[in-house]
Amino acid sequence: MNNRVGIIRSLRDRLAITLIGGAAVLAILLYLVVRSYAAQIAQQGQDSILAASVTSILDAAILRDGEVEVDFPYASFSMLSTDSDDRVFYAIYQDDELISGYDTLFHSDPIPDADHRFGTATLQNAEVRVASAARTLIGAQVTTVISVSVAQTQDALEVTLNRISRNAAGFGAGFFLLATALSFWATSTTIGPLKRLTSSVTRRGPQDLRPFEQPVPTEMEPLVASLNNLMGRLDQSLSQSEDFIAEAAHRVRTPLATVRSYAEATLQRVGKPENRHALRSMVKAIDESSRAAGQLLDHAMITFRADHLDKQDLDLGELVGELVRSLTPIAEMKDVRLQIRCPETVNVQGDAILLQNAIRNVIDNALKYSPAESDITISVSNSAEDRIAIRDEGPGFPENNMAMLADRFTRGSNSEGITGSGLGLTIAQDVVIAHGGHLVLANHAEGGACVTLSF
Amino acid sequence: MRYFILLILTLIPAFALGQEWEEEARFGNEGAQSTLRVISSTDTSFFAPVIETFVAKSPSVAISYFVTSTAELNRIVRENPSGYDVVISSAMDLQLKLANDGFAKELTVDGLPDWAKWRSSLFAFTTEPAAIVMNKKAFPDGRIPQTRQELIQAMRDRPEEFSGRIGTYDVRESGLGYLFATQDARASETYWRLTEVMGSLKARLYCCSSAMIDDLVTGELAVAYNVLGSYAKARQDTSDQLQIVLPSDFPTTMMRTALVSAQSSQPQIAEDFVQHLISLQTGSTDNNMPLPPLDVENAVTGRSNIALEPALMTYLDRLKRRNFLKEWESAIIQGQ
Amino acid sequence: MKFLLVEDNVELANAICSRMQLDGHVIDHAENLEDAAAFSEVGEYDLILLDIMLPDGDGRTFLQRHRTGKLDTPVIVLTARSQVSDRISMLDLGADDYVTKPFDHAELKARCRAVLRRKSGNAKTIVQLGDVALDPVAGNLSIRDQVISLRNRELRLLELLMNAPGQIFPKTKLVDRLFSYDDDVSENAVEVYIGRLRKHLENTRVKITTLRGLGYRLDHE
Repeated sequence: MNNRVGIIRSLRDRLAITLIGGAAVLAILLYLVVRSYAAQIAQQGQDSILAASVTSILDAAILRDGEVEVDFPYASFSMLSTDSDDRVFYAIYQDDELISGYDTLFHSDPIPDADHRFGTATLQNAEVRVASAARTLIGAQVTTVISVSVAQTQDALEVTLNRISRNAAGFGAGFFLLATALSFWATSTTIGPLKRLTSSVTRRGPQDLRPFEQPVPTEMEPLVASLNNLMGRLDQSLSQSEDFIAEAAHRVRTPLATVRSYAEATLQRVGKPENRHALRSMVKAIDESSRAAGQLLDHAMITFRADHLDKQDLDLGELVGELVRSLTPIAEMKDVRLQIRCPETVNVQGDAILLQNAIRNVIDNALKYSPAESDITISVSNSAEDRIAIRDEGPGFPENNMAMLADRFTRGSNSEGITGSGLGLTIAQDVVIAHGGHLVLANHAEGGACVTLSF
Repeated sequence: MRYFILLILTLIPAFALGQEWEEEARFGNEGAQSTLRVISSTDTSFFAPVIETFVAKSPSVAISYFVTSTAELNRIVRENPSGYDVVISSAMDLQLKLANDGFAKELTVDGLPDWAKWRSSLFAFTTEPAAIVMNKKAFPDGRIPQTRQELIQAMRDRPEEFSGRIGTYDVRESGLGYLFATQDARASETYWRLTEVMGSLKARLYCCSSAMIDDLVTGELAVAYNVLGSYAKARQDTSDQLQIVLPSDFPTTMMRTALVSAQSSQPQIAEDFVQHLISLQTGSTDNNMPLPPLDVENAVTGRSNIALEPALMTYLDRLKRRNFLKEWESAIIQGQ
Repeated sequence: MKFLLVEDNVELANAICSRMQLDGHVIDHAENLEDAAAFSEVGEYDLILLDIMLPDGDGRTFLQRHRTGKLDTPVIVLTARSQVSDRISMLDLGADDYVTKPFDHAELKARCRAVLRRKSGNAKTIVQLGDVALDPVAGNLSIRDQVISLRNRELRLLELLMNAPGQIFPKTKLVDRLFSYDDDVSENAVEVYIGRLRKHLENTRVKITTLRGLGYRLDHE
């Protein structure tokens, strides 16, 4: 089975990046808005003072004997004092003629008796803010327009703006940091249930197909529901097929057993050689088919289990000992001795059922080919290279097709007259490979076959 | 050759105009590498100790010290801003306008409170109240007036004693006189009554404090109004005929200011000089300098101090000045 | 020996019963769990042969009850299931061994013997003939004070002969009983084991007679 999954960027990262990115954009926006708003306010502040100055000068303008007098108060300029000692310029025009002040200050020609006009200009290499207004003076003989402009450099404004910018920047940065911290918190809180689900899936054994019952957030409900649904169906179909296999085996094997028992019993009473031969053939055929069926089922089961090995800590000596105990009655029938050589405790990680099945198949094989009153030696060692070696005193593997013996349904060329499906070594090999090892077939120098399982 | 012509051209204005100075002095070694040109409205005797300590510290620098009236000084600097390195004047309004109009260079000078400098380019270095100086002989009963009101009363009581013996600045000529007058006028209506009384007694008009004090000492004057106290103090050491009164109704206090010309050819030396001046004037008070120090402690609360602010330009306005002078003339020159 | 067979397939049960009786054992047959429980409560059995799939339930529940009832009668399970999946659970539940259907009768007997040998409770199985006593469970032949350990095929051959002294056993029959159907042996292979037994019985009053063309017979004086 392929366990790799296509990976795109993690949800956690996406969420965090989105939130932090959003926070950064908001922080910058906040900074810009606060700054521009503050600039506007500060400018309005300066403008209103300039306007007041202009007004106070204009208000002082009077016509006396047809001549303009502008006896403006000290406060007209004193109100323009700032912490940064901004420079002040002014100009008073009568109609279009400068009557006092700086001629360098442009004449903005404001509309008489209207609102103040504001503007920005460069004067003596300095950026200045200019306020202008005009007023119509009506005398006995003359009517004239007095216009006044007052300009001020913007150093204090600059200082204020810089201070506000710093504060706004600090505010923005603080907001960003707080939002970032919140993003991390929110992210981990949001991802938490997913992580918990993942770890509870991972912790499960391969056979555990119960539905997940921990509460999950609404958004995950469809996922977990489909997962549960899938597992339910899988569980059902697995148990159904297991039940089916068991039932099938039962249905097939029980009549076979009946036939075999009758055939055996009949054989006891029949004397005619041809009848006896027929009965023996019958028994053999039954044995062969039931054995094949068993091995096919085992093989299927092993193929299924190899994907999720149920690994445990195993005492290999004990496992082999138990196996040998259950095989001893059969071995004894041929007066074959099963000997275990296990000088030390061997602990391995493995799937007990699969390993037992693999070793059983190899020993079965050895039993079949062993002559009467011979020994089969099973050596267990701590070296991964020859973890288990099973050696018999039979004819050994045929040299010509030894390499193919572990392939499915391949049987040795010397196997005539011996029942077998050809799956025994395949099963053993599959199990060993699933455990990351390999199977070696060899013939011993002093005769007999030797199968080494390394894992 | 070309440099020679250039040298001549730069020298031309000074010679061509045939500038006449009230005083002119040179300090430092003959072979000094550079000469700092200081234009000032303060008499050389007051400034000599400051300059001498400076050239003693910097032997490579010589200083030319030119003295003229505040109004003249303002005119010269505006006409020839590159001609002088340091500009020192008691006319705060003119100095502030110079700075406002971009004639002053921004400096980094330590040791001054904010109120004593403007735009880091105009620096105050003395605190000097305008005083009423009186010849004690004119007040035989010893009842010397302490306020403007008392002075008015005294003059009205004995017009024969004071007629023709009252001196004050001719505000049309003296920048400092104009500053004092406008600030007085701004402060109280009393100024105009006093001016009218002085006018009725045929007050004599002066260009400068020293001249008034000279006439006080000789007895030609009985009272001099709005004289620089420091000048009077300097004389009082040799003669105790004079009584200096800082009017207690409202004092008018001026600060002498210095600036470095924006077009100074040796700005660093000029800056060092200003720093030196300020260090002296804000340091320990008993340094035996003839210049009164900057009163750093007391002036913080001093509403009486004329503030360094753009409002100083108010009375420099052409129309305002015309108005003010018209009013002043009609008050002081009645009957003359 | 006395067996209880729990098997719902009557045909198979009959076949097993007839083979067991042929070997001289007593065997009771229960067709379902209920009968099995009743039988096991009343009769004392040396061994129980238990099928797993029964009409009224799973043989494993019987096994569980049997074990929790502190009965130590050995149980051999007859199963038609896959070895891999059922093996562990059955041994865990307390079965002593199991045989997968269809099975060689000889294998069943061998397993029975092995289980009984492990339990080694009852000594009634000993077959005495004159001065010769055979313990088929332990696999020992006692001749007066001397105890000889027999090989498996020797044991099975002698047990067969001693269970029916005086009966003639044709060679073919003996081959069927001694060798599996896999082993393609000739009838003469039996002669080797007859020879060995004769050697063991040399100084006894029991002897094996060859009846040419008919087979062998055990005689005792």
